[in-house]
Amino acid sequence: MSIKDFTPSRRQLLSAIGTTAGSAAAMQAMAVLGHAAESRFTGPPQLTGTRKGASVLVLGAGLAGLVAAYELNKAGYKVRLIEYQGRPGGRNWSLRGGDTHVEVGGAVQKVEFAPGNYLNPGPWRIPHHHKTLLHYCRLFNVALQPFIQMNHNAYVHQTDAFGGKPMRYKEVATDFKGHVSELMAKAINQGSLDDKVSKEDKERLLEAMRSWGVLDKDMAYTSSLKVSAQRGYDLPPGGGVGGAPTPSAVASLSDMLDSKVWNQMGFYFNYVMQTTMFQPVGGMDMVGKAFAREVDHLITYNAKVTKIAQNAKGVTVTCEDMATGAVSEAKADYCVCAIPASVLSQIEMQAGDKMLASLKAVNYSASVKTGLEFKRRFWEEDEAIYGGHSFTNQPISLISYPNYNFFKDGPAVLLGSNAGGLGGSLLGGMEPAARIEAILAQGEIIHPQYRQEFMSGVSVAWGRVPWNMGGFSRWSDEARKDHYANMIAMDGRIVLAGEHASYIGGWMEGALTSAIDAITRLHKRTQEA
Amino acid sequence: MNIRYISHRLLVVMAMMGASVPALAVGPGFKLPPAETGEQVYVQACQTCHQPGGKGGAGAASAYPALANNPKLGVAAYPILTILRGRAAMPWFGGTLSSAQIAKLVTYLRTNFGNNYATPVTEDDVKKLSVNLPVSGE
Repeated sequence: MSIKDFTPSRRQLLSAIGTTAGSAAAMQAMAVLGHAAESRFTGPPQLTGTRKGASVLVLGAGLAGLVAAYELNKAGYKVRLIEYQGRPGGRNWSLRGGDTHVEVGGAVQKVEFAPGNYLNPGPWRIPHHHKTLLHYCRLFNVALQPFIQMNHNAYVHQTDAFGGKPMRYKEVATDFKGHVSELMAKAINQGSLDDKVSKEDKERLLEAMRSWGVLDKDMAYTSSLKVSAQRGYDLPPGGGVGGAPTPSAVASLSDMLDSKVWNQMGFYFNYVMQTTMFQPVGGMDMVGKAFAREVDHLITYNAKVTKIAQNAKGVTVTCEDMATGAVSEAKADYCVCAIPASVLSQIEMQAGDKMLASLKAVNYSASVKTGLEFKRRFWEEDEAIYGGHSFTNQPISLISYPNYNFFKDGPAVLLGSNAGGLGGSLLGGMEPAARIEAILAQGEIIHPQYRQEFMSGVSVAWGRVPWNMGGFSRWSDEARKDHYANMIAMDGRIVLAGEHASYIGGWMEGALTSAIDAITRLHKRTQEA
Repeated sequence: MNIRYISHRLLVVMAMMGASVPALAVGPGFKLPPAETGEQVYVQACQTCHQPGGKGGAGAASAYPALANNPKLGVAAYPILTILRGRAAMPWFGGTLSSAQIAKLVTYLRTNFGNNYATPVTEDDVKKLSVNLPVSGE
């Protein structure tokens, strides 16, 4: 047996440091071990010494409420979880054939997708550094598969560039990089940067530009087989007779500026968008369902919270049974409220003015996600696009291709829109049928096969989702400064949780880390009481 | 106000939600149908939540307020500030809609959907209330 077998894992080591020397020491140790920059998550909360009979009401069975219920129950609390809908997960949600989606305003959409196909209307991708979520996926055996983020063969489309013709990302990204490198080399050689760059660095920078931009011997970006090895060929290399490739023609700098491809190049640099990303096999709601399996006996579904009251002794939550209209009261020592602020801000809650004001200070997006089912995978069969996104400056903003069942015959579902900002409110303001029509009209500019292959579609306009009244939270810097601390501070016996009570807004990791922080503070409070 | 700064911060917000970066009204080249009249702005920005005709809509334990027959529109500063700054579920539109668009929108709301407040709202009225806007996000 080697000495290696006696070495504690980094996690065990950090856990030991955290237990014995406190979390600050653990953070310091993490930084030394080169770990802290990646994630703050060092393992599930260690809630010990729970007072016998202590009870907690958890409101909302989204991921924040589910993880709170799971961990508190594990720690020995008497837990009850109250949920408005008839299913767990909240925005952790997938729509499949047979499902129905009813919007604010009453419009009903029935999903007609073939078995196995789905739309994830809410979260749809998991960054590799969202370690809390990954921890629970592992714990509950939620199978994950790669979510293809970057696809060089997908399209970049701008209505005003290349006559409205979609271009492959690899073509425009390579050309943009090449033209910028050429200009940089010119500036260096003309002495424009002499006062900023040393002679030695100039040489190195020129070499970098030549290599990175694939410039020719004259430091120009021109069509060549070397350039085609990045942007693609007119005739790609083959075997045997006529196997020699022919280069493609590079587009102009001006074309690149029209294409605005730097937006996509920059997008892939984002911390939360970097590869590797994951998705649960079979739909994002596998995560919520996995949690629910653990705490199912604690959940009351179809119960609408109408009032949250508290006094020195405990909390009383008034609920209405959605089926019968019967009103009941639930009581506990404490309350973890994981209802989105967009809904909670309109529920009567006995809390201080500061907490109540914070609920109105955080705003919500109104984006539109759409699943379109087609008879066949024309994007794969005709265009060699396997997963990833095509971006457009039309309101749909992108088309994203499924990351599962590659090469399979039969119907497949792609994401036909992920519209935000005014694009989202514009599409969301349409009735479902008109919305799908608008989304098809925008998508067929990128894929002319759309009309012929289209079968059915379902769209979720988050501004019209009755149980969430918006998509994900958005804090302005100003509101964050004035209200965030008031939102997360425990108010008597109530503590709030959810992605809105985090700095990872719009991500499942935000919901989980917020809830874990909230119950850790709640537990500490019960120890002091 | 530095428009480039706003765009950049909003780009980050858009990236957070996983939308494509160009899906952004103030961003480069984002194509939307014209929203020049108050009615066009309403359809583009407001109708998704407040519903056609400004009738509002009910949700779980909450509702989007009706703009029809709404006495709060009597004081123009109230809708202007709410649009500029957002409120609860409602996102802020300062930096997304122009002052001229907001002026036309508020004038439209005040003279339609059963509201009858004839005094038009001007671009200047909006600009006066546009200080210290929350322009950045997560």
